[in-house]
Amino acid sequence: MWRDAALVAGKDLRIEARSRVATNQVAPFAMLVLVLFAFALDPNRGVLKQAASGLYWVAVLFSALLAVQRSAAIEAGDRDQLRMSGLDPAGVFLGKAGAVAAQLVALEVLLGAGVVVLYGAHIASVGLVVAACVLATVGLAAAGTLYASLAAGLKVRETLLPLLLLPVAAPVLLAATEAWQAALGGHPGDGTQWLEILGAFAVIYVAFGVVGYGALMEEA
Amino acid sequence: MTTPRWLTKALGLGALAFALAAAIDGLWVMGPTAEQGDYSRLLVVHPPVATLAYVGFGITALASVLYLLPRTRRREWDLLAGASAEVGVVFCGLTLVTGSIWGRPVWGVWWTWDARLTAEALLFALFLGYLALRRVPASEHVRARRCAIAALIACLDIPIDHYATSWWQTLHQGSSIDLLQPDKHLDTAHNIGLALGFVALGLAFAWLLVHRYRVEKLEARYEDEALSLALEARQAEGRVEVPV
Repeated sequence: MWRDAALVAGKDLRIEARSRVATNQVAPFAMLVLVLFAFALDPNRGVLKQAASGLYWVAVLFSALLAVQRSAAIEAGDRDQLRMSGLDPAGVFLGKAGAVAAQLVALEVLLGAGVVVLYGAHIASVGLVVAACVLATVGLAAAGTLYASLAAGLKVRETLLPLLLLPVAAPVLLAATEAWQAALGGHPGDGTQWLEILGAFAVIYVAFGVVGYGALMEEA
Repeated sequence: MTTPRWLTKALGLGALAFALAAAIDGLWVMGPTAEQGDYSRLLVVHPPVATLAYVGFGITALASVLYLLPRTRRREWDLLAGASAEVGVVFCGLTLVTGSIWGRPVWGVWWTWDARLTAEALLFALFLGYLALRRVPASEHVRARRCAIAALIACLDIPIDHYATSWWQTLHQGSSIDLLQPDKHLDTAHNIGLALGFVALGLAFAWLLVHRYRVEKLEARYEDEALSLALEARQAEGRVEVPV
């Protein structure tokens, strides 16, 4: 399973690296969202600084939507090939989710730098910020990969995927924002309970994907 | 899984009769409470619709599991899951509306970002997504399997919603219902009103579910037979009657 996962993740990441969609489109889009928030909330540092954690995670969520849509689009049209390759469905799920997670981590680093530079946010507890990012990324990538496969191949996928994924990802947005708020505000102790929720979300969706992805791959 | 017509009628008439009894109890027998005044009368409606929304989504989840397991796979489970989700969404919407009507005078706001309310709104959005997915055209089995998985993912929110009042400090009050000690929070008239509300809305739920399920089944039959019926009609047009 792990070997299959590494194969699929490597393939997806290579395709992304060569097509440069992530670097040329998704990353600039994410930064654009940060800049647009600044326009919308008036370039008033006080408000932006206060809302930095929430705005950061909304930007991550929007970018994640694009990333998972891309990840499912790679196989669009020839899902049969993946199915007939004999790879373990759980491995395929972990590989695809892993590739999405790797891209999300890169985006989060970029957006984190953006929040510090553009919004003037000060990160008091780096450990908590990193832990929240890692757990939230795993959960988002797992849930996103599941739903993107569900909507893949449908004519209405662009409109359906946000409707399906955003409510599911809302607990991640809530918990990750609270954890960041604690980390930026200098009260890291308040963040641990939110890390537990992020961890639970990640475990549930990874487990669900490992068990249920086979059923999703069977359909064509 | 068809029900005899008299049973459906009995469900509908029973729902009406109990709704009338619940209305009489809620409007005239029940007195206003010291804390919430007349707004406590919404107790007859709000907890039952909230519970029945869970029941609807629970049936959807159960039917989806039964569809996904190869041994119990039958098309009827998928149709039941769809019908139940639709009725569940109606009851979930009613929960949000009745809660809002109650929240305005008691809390002073129509809506607040409280854990219970947020989770309920999410549940509503999740199942709206599920219903949208059901409307996406696909072959019968593909759609059924896809929807079954989506329903199970959505149902993970139900426990979060239900336990929100105990896990987080919420504005929404804790449970008013204690089955072991019914008099703990409520007086007898309120308990009777609540029970009547549960029975009336439960019967209405069952009545709606049966009808929605029948419509789903007819739609499925139409999908199966429409093409062959149309072909037959066309062929019949071309057939020339030979005079004897």
